[in-house]
This record gives sequence, C-alpha cells and structure tokens, in this order.
Amino acid sequence: MNQWQNFSKGILKENPVLVLVLGMCPTLAVTSSAINGLAMGLAFTFVLTLSNVIISSIRKIVPKIIRIPVFIVIIATFVTIIDMVMHAFVPDLYKALGIFIPLIVVNCIVLGRAEAFASKNNVLSSLIDGLGMGVGFTLILTVLGMIREILGAGSIFGYKFIAPTSDGILVFILAPGAFLTLGILMALNNLYKNKMSNKPKNN
Amino acid sequence: MSKRESSLSNLALTLFIIAAVAAIMLALINLITTGPIQKAQQQKEKDALREVLPSFSDLKTFYIPNIDGEDSLKVFEASYNGQIVGYAVSTYTMQGFNGKIELMVGFDTTLTIINTQVLSHAETPGLGEKITQSDFKDQFRGKNPEKFKLSVKKDNGDVDAITASTISSRAFCDAVDRAYRSLKAWKGGE
Repeated sequence: MNQWQNFSKGILKENPVLVLVLGMCPTLAVTSSAINGLAMGLAFTFVLTLSNVIISSIRKIVPKIIRIPVFIVIIATFVTIIDMVMHAFVPDLYKALGIFIPLIVVNCIVLGRAEAFASKNNVLSSLIDGLGMGVGFTLILTVLGMIREILGAGSIFGYKFIAPTSDGILVFILAPGAFLTLGILMALNNLYKNKMSNKPKNN
Repeated sequence: MSKRESSLSNLALTLFIIAAVAAIMLALINLITTGPIQKAQQQKEKDALREVLPSFSDLKTFYIPNIDGEDSLKVFEASYNGQIVGYAVSTYTMQGFNGKIELMVGFDTTLTIINTQVLSHAETPGLGEKITQSDFKDQFRGKNPEKFKLSVKKDNGDVDAITASTISSRAFCDAVDRAYRSLKAWKGGE
C-alpha cells in the first residue's frame, strides 16, 4: 500500500464515521453547526495524528502487556493540551464544544488507530494514517454540520441567508436531525460503493 | 510489539518515563495557557458589565445573600464621581433546558432593569439559544419588576417567551427575578 492509498483510505474506503462507525458520540452531538463540526474535526485530527506518531515511534520499547495504559496516557496528554490551548485562545469555540473535547480521550477511533495501525507500522505511515483518518472525520463532521445548519437554522458558517427572525426546520438542529442526516450520508456512501464494485461487471 | 521482556521493573520503568514526560509537557502548556485563560474570563466579565451598566468611573465588588439559597450573589456597584449609578448582579438559574444558565443583570438605583447579558448557557442551538439574542432580551430593558411581572405569559407574567423554548424563557426569567429579589432584599436591609 503506497502512502497515497494509506492517506485516502480514511476519507472514503475506511472512513471512521461512515464505514467503521466509530466515534458516534461527538459526531452526533456537536454537529449542530458547520463551525462546530469543523473545529471538533480539527481538534480530533491534532490528537489522532500526534498520538499516532508518538505511539508508532515508541512501539519497539513499550512492553506489550502495558501498551494500553501507555496509549491512554499519550492520548490523554494530547487531549489535555488541545483542551487548554482552545480554552485560552478560542474561548467561544471551546464553550460550544464543551465536554466533547475532553471526551476525545475515550473516542474509539483514536485508540482504535493506535492499536490497529500505529503500534504495527512505522512513523511515516502512522502519521499519514492519522492525517487521513482525521481528514475523513473532519470532512464528515463538517458536511453533517453544514447540512444540519442549512436546513435547521437557515445559515451557513453562521451567515444567515433567510430572514433573521425566521427559523429553519428545527428538527435538524435537534438530536433526531443528527441521526437522520448521518443515516442519509451513510446510505449515499454505500450507494457509491456498490456502484463502484458493480462497474467492472457492467462494462 | 516489543522485544523487551515484560519484567516488573521494565514495566514500571516504561510507564514511569512516559507518565513523567507527559506530566512535564502538560505543566509547560499549563504555564503558557493560564494567563490567556484568565484574561479571557476577565474580559468577558468586563464586556458584560459595560453592556448592562451605565457609564461608570468606579466599581465596587461585594457579595449579597441569595434570597433563594445558601449561596451568595456577586454584585458590582457602579458609581460615577462618587454617585452610585447602578448595580450589576451576577445571577444564575438551574432551570435551563440543559442545566445552569449564568446571567449578568444591570439595575439602576430605582431597581429598573437596564440590560441583561448571558454569561454562559448550554441551551439548544437554534431554540433556547435565542435567550442570548436581543430580540428576546430587549423586552426586559427599562422595565421595573415592580410593575413588570418576571414570568412568561403562559404563567400569567409579562414576558414574551421564545417560540418553542418556553423552558429556556422561564429559566431566564427565574434568573432575572432572583437577581431582582436578592438585590431588593439587600437594599431594604441596608
């Protein structure tokens, strides 16, 4: 597998949200607006990429039976760093994302990539894997946030395009809207994948 | 994954080193971010005070008893050239749709509401979140709770609730009302 494939698998083929269905908690909870989704995705990408790199670089010196506590310490350290940095420099965004920043610690994607990929591959591959997965996650969260914000609030990245006092379709801002939108995105992804795999036969 | 043997000393040493490095890194980042975090919070309070009080030259901070509980409320007494011009009460409610809402409410010396400002909340975006917008907040400006009943119209009050967000509107009224009654009780007993 070359590095480009390694990177791009996170975006469609092994997309952490649409295909692996990991990290549902932040995916559904914070995507009520596009900017929230984007910020969550970026914070997550930061943690995933750096923890992948560190875990991969120490994979040879960490005894196997304590690897999980070691992973958790490393991941928690990066999460705390991003938490403090966001609190200091982007307080509004920090407040909007609230509890979901600290909860990146227990996000299954991070630990999943550490266990399944970074602890078995070299530093460069792990870096690329982290970036790819992060971009895939960010992309889906932003798209989800955009769809929900456009339909639910009639705005995009905070810019209202309908009358300022009117509402959108409120259900999309609320929790059910997250499930509906995510379900539709998953269905579209499956449709696309089926088309791709049927193509050789049709031609 | 490892070629090192899993002896107890090896395990302890590895974990110790990793935890120590993590602790040092966190301490460093903490050192860098403490200042800006405090500054941001102070800035927020300052902005809120400017929003809810008339122009002032002096600010005195003290605590008054909270009429509804054991906690006390923080009050900022604003004065201009020695003359008291208003009070800002940092109040709260636990009745928000998603828990606590913190408000800053400014009163003039006759206890008429000057303005309100939401300090923190966790209301639903697009619904209860509208308590932060002037469309809702402005109906409190210049009203004296003596004559303006601080509850939503559904509860026979004078406040227009936000459509589909009666709970958030009620909570907002609750917080403003708490500030008013506490301040009034304190002024009465002064």
